Amino acid sequence: MSEVNGSNGASLNGHSLLSLVPKTEVDRTAKDYKTDQEVRWCPGCGDYAVLAAVQGFMPTLGLAKENVVFVSGIGCSSRFPYYMNTYGMHSIHGRAPAIATGLASSRPDLSVWVVTGDGDALSIGGNHLIHALRRNVNLKILLFNNRIYGLTKGQYSPTSEVGKITKSTPMGSLDQPFNPISLALGAEASFVARTIDSDRKHLTSVLQAAAEHPGSALVEIYQNCNIFNDNAFEPLKDRSTKAEAIIPLEAGERIRFGADGGKGVVRDAETGELRVVEVTPENESDVLVHDPHAASPVTAWALSRIADPDTLHQTPIGVFRDVKRPVYDTLMREQLDLAVDKKGPGDLGSLLTGSDTWTVA
Amino acid sequence: MPGRSISVTRQVKQVKQLDRVIIRFAGDSGDGMQLTGDRFTSETASFGNDLSTLPNFPAEIRAPAGTLPGVSSFQLHFADHDILTPGDAPHVLVAMNPAALKANIPDLPKGAEIIVNTDEFGKRALSKVGYDANPLEDGSLQAYNIHPVPLTTLTLEALADSGLARRDAERAKNMFALGLLSWMYHRPTEATEGFLRQKFAKKPEIAEANVTAFKAGWNFGETTEDFAVSYEVAPARLPLGTYRNISGNLALAYGLIAAGERSGLELFLGSYPITPASDVLHELSKHKNFRVRTFQAEDEIAGIGAALGAAFGGKLGVTTTSGPGVALKSETIGLAVSLELPLLVVDIQRGGPSTGLPTKTEQADLLQAMYGRNGEAPVPIVAPATPSDCFDAAIEAARIALAYRTPVFLLSDGYLANGSEPWRIPTVESLPDLRVEFATAPNHVNEDGTESFWPYKRDPETLARPWAVPGTPGLEHRIGGIEKQDGTGNISYDPANHDFMVRTRQAKIDGIEVPDLEVDDPDGAARTLVIGWGSTYGPITAAVRRVRSAGGEVAQAHLRHLNPFPANLGEVLARYDRVLVPEMNLGQLAHLLRAKYLVDAQSFTQVRGLPFKAEQLAAAIEEVSANV
Repeated sequence: MSEVNGSNGASLNGHSLLSLVPKTEVDRTAKDYKTDQEVRWCPGCGDYAVLAAVQGFMPTLGLAKENVVFVSGIGCSSRFPYYMNTYGMHSIHGRAPAIATGLASSRPDLSVWVVTGDGDALSIGGNHLIHALRRNVNLKILLFNNRIYGLTKGQYSPTSEVGKITKSTPMGSLDQPFNPISLALGAEASFVARTIDSDRKHLTSVLQAAAEHPGSALVEIYQNCNIFNDNAFEPLKDRSTKAEAIIPLEAGERIRFGADGGKGVVRDAETGELRVVEVTPENESDVLVHDPHAASPVTAWALSRIADPDTLHQTPIGVFRDVKRPVYDTLMREQLDLAVDKKGPGDLGSLLTGSDTWTVA
Repeated sequence: MPGRSISVTRQVKQVKQLDRVIIRFAGDSGDGMQLTGDRFTSETASFGNDLSTLPNFPAEIRAPAGTLPGVSSFQLHFADHDILTPGDAPHVLVAMNPAALKANIPDLPKGAEIIVNTDEFGKRALSKVGYDANPLEDGSLQAYNIHPVPLTTLTLEALADSGLARRDAERAKNMFALGLLSWMYHRPTEATEGFLRQKFAKKPEIAEANVTAFKAGWNFGETTEDFAVSYEVAPARLPLGTYRNISGNLALAYGLIAAGERSGLELFLGSYPITPASDVLHELSKHKNFRVRTFQAEDEIAGIGAALGAAFGGKLGVTTTSGPGVALKSETIGLAVSLELPLLVVDIQRGGPSTGLPTKTEQADLLQAMYGRNGEAPVPIVAPATPSDCFDAAIEAARIALAYRTPVFLLSDGYLANGSEPWRIPTVESLPDLRVEFATAPNHVNEDGTESFWPYKRDPETLARPWAVPGTPGLEHRIGGIEKQDGTGNISYDPANHDFMVRTRQAKIDGIEVPDLEVDDPDGAARTLVIGWGSTYGPITAAVRRVRSAGGEVAQAHLRHLNPFPANLGEVLARYDRVLVPEMNLGQLAHLLRAKYLVDAQSFTQVRGLPFKAEQLAAAIEEVSANV
């Protein structure tokens, strides 16, 4: 567990902090990342797909397995660490980002992942999530959003649509849901993405981008709870509807979707808002080119508002925002280095003695 | 100065020898009384007296000027011998306004000296605190020795050439008062001048004004007829060594840094600002060259969460707070109990419940520390006895946390935190060696002959589990708050395993090695034992001395370890006919003693936000002893 001194530039020009994590000396496979523990999610749960994708993707990072840590809170998804053959902690409800902050900010040689759900991250742990994001702690946060409470057996969650009928809301829920992407962008997140459990390829590409991002990365994963909220994301998965429902976000590409890319996202000249139009040869050049690296989060935020929260139509999928800004852990370490440079390494004897003493002889 | 004559003839003044003096500076929250008291304390410390201090201030940053709730005071007891408390009743009161006089006069014994700033005794100021007539003129203070001094006027005159606005010049009146008191008690003054120049280095004109006022106050004492006598208190004969004055919170912060150095682990503090604990956060934040990380979290829960995360990563994790913060941290403390990771939880207790008395002292979090979690979640508790003892107690708490892989409570309080006393500075080599060994290799052979790492395979002596930090190859493992199988750490809901794990966690804490309780019973003839814990050490010890000097016999013991208790505690308690337990709560230690040892412990309690007075405790001891 040697502490690697960060290059001074890491916090400034945003080189991937993965360079501080030791590389593996043996080639790893997905199998190496599996534990001997029986996976105890309900048959058919979307969590299985995410677990398989993470186990499959991890070896591609080439990191020393012992330098990878998964920290979770409470909820179905939070059992995740027990199934990853890395270091892991299954903690308490909502607090994983806080615990992971202490770990990541004192151990730059680790790749720290937080696994959380919509209840864990956005309800009981909302405070820790937004503060981890604004600080830009070097954490990769996987937010499994199934829009329901699973482990407590089916109450509505902070992402459930208004009017949701559940055991605790027999006449329909009253709460306006959070939009996790909007929330993260509002909390100054430097990396925000959305993906879907059933699209392994897309999921993997987003995880890869998150892993390489220096600082906090929030990945919202639409995940199906087949017991308490089955088919919640069906419009995004059904072959007959998904082309119309999903707006794929790809850096440098025009934001087009629908059958044959017949629809596109443009900025309304008068209001500045984003809206969807039928793409024609005349307006084709008006269709926005997606730029997750844009300094301003304005367009990313506007994109996050395009989806209809009830029907999920026009749901952007992909990386909304990916910008470089100083990473908390690096800044903290730089202050320690600077203090040592200025004052010399701490000397306990002279600290205890101080400047104002007298001697009894 | 019309209407007033000041003798300017230098005269030979009388010098009296005293063995001890208690001074209280009192004024408005904005009058700088804490600073004045701190400086007088530093002068006194460098002179070599033993001392003990009691700052007392309102929670409001600036309560309405001139009102009783806005009074801030600083009491200092200094002596030519070793003393234990800031003193019961001041011999000298410096009252900067009528509110300060009115709020403090009930504490003064007859004959006490009162130095009042007469400039502030106008009609409006008097009526603001309910004085119908001026107490300086109506004879109501005849029992005291009053020194009326126009402190504001004299300060303004001294600064007439300073070019400062009246408002700025007036603010130096506390330094005038300090100068006067420094003359009265023969305090060395050079350090204060240096201190003022450093404090106001960026505003040299303010620095010079304060130095001028300070000197003017000293000269005023030297020349005026009002002060005919000055006093000497000889240096105390303390054990040989090099000393400094230190407050409890500073000593505690140094203890944490020392624990980091002596364990070879980097310190990680996760904290959220709260009175009276914030000073520890501030202090540790200054020492980043010790590779101390301080993290000001978004809330109390995140503060301890981050500290626990750092502990998982192999750091010395610490969180600092007060009672309300402990309430919020309870769930994470329970998690730390279950994870069996080292963690220090520092509770600088204050008056409760709820927000309670943020700036006043109390020791009413004992049962919260002992029991305030869901499930069976035992946590060791260590409590310092004096301000300087906060240093050693922090190291002791770290020793237990590291050796037994457990969260540990360190229960200080507001009185220790802000109070100060001389501290014999220890050498680094004399401090305990706290080095730990991380696990580096598999510790279990499977049935098929392969090796694996079991995170809950315990040390047979301490029952501590191995500490394998991320980054160690081959020891990858998962821990969590769900009940785990003995040894493997895998999730387990097996009834027998849970019963075993609950009992094992308890046995680990019960088995922590703590020193035997020492009893101070000079003749072995006492039939009454007075036993306390935490900051009541000073007043209890002073009271015991009083009882003994009056011919009484009483034994004294003081608990530093509240969980587990010293192994000989039951035997000690059984030796005495009467057991008296003074506490600044409603009898929490007494409750524990009665429950565990079936002893008829009698409580003597007070929850006034202030420490006990020695006289009051002495009377209580005598009353209990008389009935043996």
